[in-house]
Amino acid sequence: MEQEVRSRKALEWDLGESPVRELNNYLHHGLAEDGVEEVRVLKPDGAHHIAVGLDAPVKVEVMGNAGYYVGGMNKRAEITVHGSAGWSVAENIMSGVVRIEGYVSECAGASGHGGLVVIEKDASSRCGISMKGNDIVVGGDVGHFSAFMAQKGHLVVCGDAGDGLGDSLYEAVIYVRGRIKSLGADAQEEPMTEEDHATLADLLGRAGFDHDPGEFKRVASARKLYHWNSEHDQEY
Amino acid sequence: MCGIVGLLIKDPDKREMLGRLGTEMLEGMATRGRDSAGLAAYTDEVEEEDARKFSLYAPEGNLDWGAFADGMQEHLEREVTFEAQDNHAVVVPHGSAEAAWGWVVEEHPEVSLLSVGRSIEVYKDIGHPADIAKRYGFRDLAGSHVVAHTRMATESAVTWAHAHPFTVGEDFCLIHNGSLSNPNNLRRMLQRRGMHFDTDNDTEAAARFLEWRLREGDDLEAAIEAGFEELDGFYTFLIGTKDELALVRDPFACKPAVVAETDDYVAISSEFRSLAYLPGIKDADVFEPGPEEIFVWNKKSVAAKR
Repeated sequence: MEQEVRSRKALEWDLGESPVRELNNYLHHGLAEDGVEEVRVLKPDGAHHIAVGLDAPVKVEVMGNAGYYVGGMNKRAEITVHGSAGWSVAENIMSGVVRIEGYVSECAGASGHGGLVVIEKDASSRCGISMKGNDIVVGGDVGHFSAFMAQKGHLVVCGDAGDGLGDSLYEAVIYVRGRIKSLGADAQEEPMTEEDHATLADLLGRAGFDHDPGEFKRVASARKLYHWNSEHDQEY
Repeated sequence: MCGIVGLLIKDPDKREMLGRLGTEMLEGMATRGRDSAGLAAYTDEVEEEDARKFSLYAPEGNLDWGAFADGMQEHLEREVTFEAQDNHAVVVPHGSAEAAWGWVVEEHPEVSLLSVGRSIEVYKDIGHPADIAKRYGFRDLAGSHVVAHTRMATESAVTWAHAHPFTVGEDFCLIHNGSLSNPNNLRRMLQRRGMHFDTDNDTEAAARFLEWRLREGDDLEAAIEAGFEELDGFYTFLIGTKDELALVRDPFACKPAVVAETDDYVAISSEFRSLAYLPGIKDADVFEPGPEEIFVWNKKSVAAKR
């Protein structure tokens, strides 16, 4: 393993010298030609759009804080931010892994179709809204309206969840270890099955957390909103 | 889009770093607003009972502030200290503030009032935030807390008067990221109560509303809570008073805010990039306020009320 890392063709990219647009252009078009497998991004300084739209099995290490949309639309790449990040981390992720070692703002992992998003500390509101198949593991808390209208995939919250968790959920499943401030419309707590334990153990393992899956609650859709009934008078 | 910045230095011995850190934070938010910028700093308090500190703006930019201060001194027969930076000046007439302001209105109708109070001083202008910071020497400001704003105008004109902070009454200021949908109703309601408005800006309406609640006897938290009922729209507000710095986001938390707190300071910004270079940021407690969560930090007792 050590040998493999040493032989990897690595590149350092200083954003103080060449801006994000050039970095992303290189990550989109220059990697393959150079045979580069790992890019360390220096002086990110909270810049927006770092490593957006990648489609290559490259490892990207962002050495500091990132701004909005880091790792957005990611395919195959493994992106790690050694710091915190702003809004919409890994929005619309398709595959690969985006890991943030610090905190993130709103809409982390929103509307993704696949891949894994790991937030080691807290995520703010609207984490995982409208997710369509990606997995998100948050080491700390998530803010209000997380997993709103989430259709497929898993949101794992190792801390507490804010108001309106899982409002109007479709078939995504949420696991929460801590307190849930309130559930959104049509979201309900359900018993954990053996399959849930296995799924959760796998996700926690891949994310690098060693919590016992038995400590988590399962939240999923009650599926009442699937069949609109005007007599419900908006009460679900 | 706009950028907001707030910083409160907890340790009175470290207040000389306010200007430098606040300026770096402001410059970090230049990407969110580059048509105008402004800053309110809470610096050394004026001690005499009747005296106040005035931040003044001469739009023409060619006022001789030395002669201005001499004229005021002659009229008041009391010492007037002043510090001028280009078209801004912070003037402290030692003696009756009322008489001093009466003289300004009479003798220098071209001069506008940016702020009045015991501690506050305000600078605002159009231009790039970094240029404005340089022009008015933001780095050298020392004090307990600062609020600063970078503006990308969406709802009213780009002029120095429409730049934030907006001040009302004494030592009170407000900066805003967002937009209100009912500023006209608010303005009419407050005008009926005898309040005068300087601009058609939505933030000015919010500032006057909140300051009116304070004068009606609300504390800062109660005033902000009253705002939840009356202010319709999107907002992250940062509010400064002589002793306090307050932060609140609207009921949907539509506009960003990040807080970083260490033993030395409380720092607030729209984005993490303004916090990234603060000393000790790696070990800071970083969080985002939820919707309608009110934070008030007092320079005298720095634990936040939430």
